[in-house]
Amino acid sequence: MDIYLLEAVINGVLLGGVLALLALGLNLIFGVVDVVWIAYAELVMFGMYAVYWLTNVYGWPVLLACVAAILFVALLGVLVHLLIIEPILGSAPINQLLATGGLLFFLQSLATLLFGTDFRNLGIRLPIIELGDIFISFSRLLAFIVALLGASALYLFLSRTFLGTAIRAVAQDREIMGLMGVDQRRIYLITSAIGGGLAGLAACLLMLQYDVHPFIGLTFGPITFMICVLGGLGNMIGGFVAAFIISQIIAISGYYVSIEASYVLAFVVFIVLVLIRPQGILGK
Amino acid sequence: MLTLTDISAGYGSFQALFGVSLEVKLGEAVGVIGPNGAGKTTLMRVISGLLPAKGGAFSFEGRALTTLPAHRIVAAGIAHVPENRRLFPRLTVEENLRMGAFLPSARRHFAERLAWIYELFPRLEERRRQPAGTMSGGEQQMCAIGRALMSKPQILLMDEPSAGLAPLIVDQVFDLVRRIRGEGFTVLIVEQNVQQVLEVVDRAYLLESGHIKLSGAAAELARNDDIRRSYMGI
Repeated sequence: MDIYLLEAVINGVLLGGVLALLALGLNLIFGVVDVVWIAYAELVMFGMYAVYWLTNVYGWPVLLACVAAILFVALLGVLVHLLIIEPILGSAPINQLLATGGLLFFLQSLATLLFGTDFRNLGIRLPIIELGDIFISFSRLLAFIVALLGASALYLFLSRTFLGTAIRAVAQDREIMGLMGVDQRRIYLITSAIGGGLAGLAACLLMLQYDVHPFIGLTFGPITFMICVLGGLGNMIGGFVAAFIISQIIAISGYYVSIEASYVLAFVVFIVLVLIRPQGILGK
Repeated sequence: MLTLTDISAGYGSFQALFGVSLEVKLGEAVGVIGPNGAGKTTLMRVISGLLPAKGGAFSFEGRALTTLPAHRIVAAGIAHVPENRRLFPRLTVEENLRMGAFLPSARRHFAERLAWIYELFPRLEERRRQPAGTMSGGEQQMCAIGRALMSKPQILLMDEPSAGLAPLIVDQVFDLVRRIRGEGFTVLIVEQNVQQVLEVVDRAYLLESGHIKLSGAAAELARNDDIRRSYMGI
């Protein structure tokens, strides 16, 4: 196998980790609260700014800044639910889409107002790992490993705890949760906090590799939705698998053609697959 | 004691219950019988807090419950086995039982109650890792009852436990009801299967178009000519 192709494949896997994390958060919220947070990637953007501001302006250690950013975005998640979702929980899905879509533009404009349109990065250069002739970026590898750890922690939480089981149960039968002694509103708030926290974790990992600017959400938002739909909206395992499929398409076609063409190709594959399986690759 | 006084309820402009009053004493098994659409399920949903009452009041052991949401009513000691069982189909049997013990007070005793339910229904232990939706109707009913018992309620509400099951399984379900009574639970059961339910309860109410038409000891109702003609096909 061509050594550069192998490098592209490895990079694709590493990219898939962070995309999978984003897809997990979005799918979790959709599955439980039954609302699509169109502005999900904009929450990631605010998390990235939080990491940037805490480290580069206030001089916090990176790790501490990341923990704070995760908590901050988790809080944003709770606020999104309380202020935007809860008042329209019973209304038509299109209204919910419009509301969270409106939030997207609001957050983009707010970020432009607060931070300007400058591209900002942490100014950290993590080493490049050499494995024979293959070069792997340490920050990507780190992002991949932490993303997998985050996904595993979520899996353990959802499968082993009472609260996690309740979160899965809500997605299967909303109405009778009260009979189990479960306060549905509390479950929604906790789920929104977890979804926000996952966006915050993704923000930390992306901040290691990318510059943040008010429109960075457009780089990850559409592709995250594409992954979620491809995997079957609300299906967390499907989204996880789809993240790696899409990242491989991007990485391999990026190697053979060009990075720009790779996103075009990823969307073409997406459209074709959705025409064949509208319910998603792992959907029912 | 569970006391309902003059309860009215409905959906939108449709009224399903008109001033229903009934009571269940601790240790009793009480049945509510009546035809399809009489308001039996609505009655159960009002008691468990799934549907707010439009008028009247109800209380349990002197505590007013009328305006409490469902999750607070379970905490007060009333568990509801809903119509059509309503298990979480993709959760395993054991996870369904875990949901029944979600309340902090039940969570603390999860292991011992799980052992108790498995002793009561050994079949559930055999199937503990199976998704609940893949079991037979009778097994699902067992699981739904087990799930409700996990909160160790003082009163168990059962809504049409025999509905949609094959005749042989219906007999088993009524055996389950007898065993639960034997465990000392207070039971309020709603059934269309009038003949069999009157064999397991102490007293019963006849609900027709949202009104209580008759009430009395089970044996007495079983001898009532109107009931025999209308509901027992005799």
